[in-house]
Amino acid sequence: MPFNVLVLACLAYVIFLFSVAFLVERRAMAGRLGWLRSPLVYTLSLSIYCTAWTFYGAVGYAARSGLEFLTIYFGPTLVFVGWWWVLRKLVRIGRQHRVTSIADLISSRFGKSNLLGVIVTVMAVVATTPYIALQLQSVVLSFGVFASATPDGFTPPDAEQTAIWVAAGLAVFTTIFGTRNLDAKEQHHGIVTAIAVEAVVKLVALLAVGIFVVWGLAGGIGATLERIDASGLAAWDMQPGRWTGLLFLSAAAVICLPRMFQVLVVENSDEGHLATASWAFPAYLLAMSLFIVPIAVIGLDRLPEGANPDMFVLTLPLSEGQGGLAMLAFLGGFSSATSMVIVEAIALATMVSNHIVMPVWLWLRPAVAMSADLRGVVLNARRLSIGAVLAMGYGYYHLSGGSAALAAIGLIAFVGVAQFLPAMIAGIFWRGATRIGAALGLVTGFVVWAYALFLPSFGPDAVYSAQFLAEGPMAIGWLRPQALFGVEAMDPLTHALFWSLMLNATAFFIGSVLTFPGPVERLQGAAFVNVFDDQATDPRRWSHGQAEPEQLLVMAQRILGDDAAQSLFEAAAQAQGKSDSLLPDPTPEFLSDLERRLSGSVGAATAHAMISQLVGGATVSVEDLMAVASESAQMMEYSAQLEAQREKLSRTAGALREANEKLTRLSVQKDTFLSQISHELRTPMTSIRAFSEILTEGDLPPGMVTKSGRVIQDEAKRLTRLLDDLLDLSVLENGKVSLSISLANLREMIDRAIQAAEQVKPERGFTFHRDLAAENIFLRTDADRLTQVLINLISNARKYCDAKHPEIRITIRIKAGRAVIDVADNGKGIPKDAQSTIFEKFTRLPNESRAKGAGLGLAICREIVVNLGGTIAYLPGQGGAAFRVSLPLRLEAKAA
Amino acid sequence: MKRPRRPMFLARDPYRRRRLRDAARLLPVFGAFLMILPVLWSPPDAAPRVTSGDVVYFFLIWLMLVLAAAGFAPGLSAGEDAGKDEDD
Repeated sequence: MPFNVLVLACLAYVIFLFSVAFLVERRAMAGRLGWLRSPLVYTLSLSIYCTAWTFYGAVGYAARSGLEFLTIYFGPTLVFVGWWWVLRKLVRIGRQHRVTSIADLISSRFGKSNLLGVIVTVMAVVATTPYIALQLQSVVLSFGVFASATPDGFTPPDAEQTAIWVAAGLAVFTTIFGTRNLDAKEQHHGIVTAIAVEAVVKLVALLAVGIFVVWGLAGGIGATLERIDASGLAAWDMQPGRWTGLLFLSAAAVICLPRMFQVLVVENSDEGHLATASWAFPAYLLAMSLFIVPIAVIGLDRLPEGANPDMFVLTLPLSEGQGGLAMLAFLGGFSSATSMVIVEAIALATMVSNHIVMPVWLWLRPAVAMSADLRGVVLNARRLSIGAVLAMGYGYYHLSGGSAALAAIGLIAFVGVAQFLPAMIAGIFWRGATRIGAALGLVTGFVVWAYALFLPSFGPDAVYSAQFLAEGPMAIGWLRPQALFGVEAMDPLTHALFWSLMLNATAFFIGSVLTFPGPVERLQGAAFVNVFDDQATDPRRWSHGQAEPEQLLVMAQRILGDDAAQSLFEAAAQAQGKSDSLLPDPTPEFLSDLERRLSGSVGAATAHAMISQLVGGATVSVEDLMAVASESAQMMEYSAQLEAQREKLSRTAGALREANEKLTRLSVQKDTFLSQISHELRTPMTSIRAFSEILTEGDLPPGMVTKSGRVIQDEAKRLTRLLDDLLDLSVLENGKVSLSISLANLREMIDRAIQAAEQVKPERGFTFHRDLAAENIFLRTDADRLTQVLINLISNARKYCDAKHPEIRITIRIKAGRAVIDVADNGKGIPKDAQSTIFEKFTRLPNESRAKGAGLGLAICREIVVNLGGTIAYLPGQGGAAFRVSLPLRLEAKAA
Repeated sequence: MKRPRRPMFLARDPYRRRRLRDAARLLPVFGAFLMILPVLWSPPDAAPRVTSGDVVYFFLIWLMLVLAAAGFAPGLSAGEDAGKDEDD
């Protein structure tokens, strides 16, 4: 195939990519992205994981080390299949905090520290520049393959020249589409779509070659499997340590590689796309690696001894005379290389401009933040950085002379970027991770990586002398670069991975545990770790400063552009309720919102620095943090108080309800009382009236007159007694009774009471059981009143006791300064349901309704006892009716 | 600061969603086990392994992981809007 055709095809392909990117950018400007923002495009853009190193190198890898190449795809498969663990959180954080790169993520998490940003940027540049060189090399090599393999032949182009052309072309493409605009969110739709197209091209190319090999050359699947077993590849040896290590390494790399972070997090336009990518990306990887082994096996079989297995994808179709297929494969490899370089360059350039160029610029000319058009500065910084990154890539290629050493650089770069892993993972899961810890860990890991893996990779006598490698610096065996601390059993890659990450994580942990994070750091830590917690308030990052809103607007316009900045300010002003003004107050909320918008363009650290310049450095302090904390503590306390008051209220309501019920009951009682009293008064009145009417008729026999007179007299007496009782009760109930308190002997009182009660049912002979000795005590009380109570109790017993041999037992005890008097009979007692009401007025026992009393006796007793400072209660379970009166031995005269 | 209390028991749908998340979390662990398993297959001194068998094994488990993830994905992304009940 003539060289011109090849170049022409390349150019046509590049122009095609240009137009795709250009059209998409135009649609994006018009806001009509439609399906271009679909999960499919997102998934395909992730395929930049598969670089030329995959496209060409995987076959070579398989030819040399068997199935070990699979680990490079298994790691990412695990990470994506397990997206619920890490990726989801990363993407959410990236969107919420407008993260622009992995350096920005780490710097932002650890208090927007630019130091960390610089460290990560430098590490990323050092680790991935050789990787870019590798891509250039692959393109150069593939050109060379065409030159040498074609029969008509053309002079192989000068490798150096090819590399320059490719690097320059890529720089132009990347600059045009990577720095078109400084979006609030760092997204490049044109480029993303272009690399999605390239992803399809490389997949189709590799599948086409694979299908040709399996069905065209090997003769079907079964035959291919047989040839696999027959080939030298079958002798590969699975090294457990290396296998597991590579699995872990590729899993770490897929989230730590700057270009992967760029497409995975920064260019993500919808979190939902991740769900699709979680299976579609592993499926893409599977398809990419499906034919690697057959190509390697058939290549080893058919191509002459000593052919470079890295180029089998190209040389196999060429040697079989399939020029078209080889052309497709060439374009696939070209796609892999270019898409990787473009995205890597953008990712690195964003880091370099945001974390190195801009801070230096602002530091050199602080006044510029206010005056110059920073957008131009940022964009130029980025363009320069892209140029510089590609120049470095080319320089590295030039220096290494396209040697075989480059082939190993893929895994070496993986180990380099894997050093970000501890800071990143701990940063999003552990609030205790601190800036100093992260810096220590990163630097430690980087140094170990460089010492044990990167520098030795140049081969003996390039950086280290052979003696240095074998014996260690100054012959200290423990420091041999490839056998640190005497660990010799591992191969150099696993060894370096193990020690660098081990020491990295250890330094990180110790540094974090021993240091105390600053306030901004703690705020960011909480915001990152609790990113899914809706409750997590976004605490103010700024206290009220002296920032002039106008100055802020001027600065925002410099970075976001006039329109975007003005509409942002206007919206904020409206949200603050200022309808007439365009300038909002510089409240803490507004400042942190503005900072977040700015950080989408220039990175968190720079945005933070720029705002602090205007606000006068009045950022949040530990005191502010504590204030926020105590505010929420106050809130909690306040709600606890509310809760307590609520309980108190409900208690009060309960008490009110009870009181109300009691009042209702009392009212009912009063009504009953009135009707009962009327009834009680009416009965004697009726008989008095009847007999007095008889008397007025005259002509009565004298016996009748006497009888009627006696009835009238009796009823009048009864009426008087009733009225006396009622008066007595009312006096007692109102507590207005006057007591004549004196010392009196209890026995005398009981004697008197028994005597007085004898007139009740005198026909019944009662036996009294008394303890005269115990009764012989003196009480200081109202003797007449107490006797009245005793008379009442004894008369009741006489009245109601229905036993054949009635007995009354009177027991006296002294207990805690009180005299306890029990009066019990041996009758059938009082039924249980009546026990609670016997002390109420007008209560008579159900079967005794025709007894003589009005039912006031016990009510009066109770009132008297209460007035004497004691209690009276029915005493159940004594084998009859029993009452217990408990009185103080010495009643003090009432103060009133 | 105390987190707001979350319900201890859930209705059927949210419960299913959480178990789906559990499954999604476990999937990579399971996958890693399957990928490392061949390390234990043949001791170094034993007869050489059949490489074509390994190839078939690896691609089969790979396919299985992809299919499982594809099966989980719709349920996981659907549940995302409904619940902020993250860590079960």
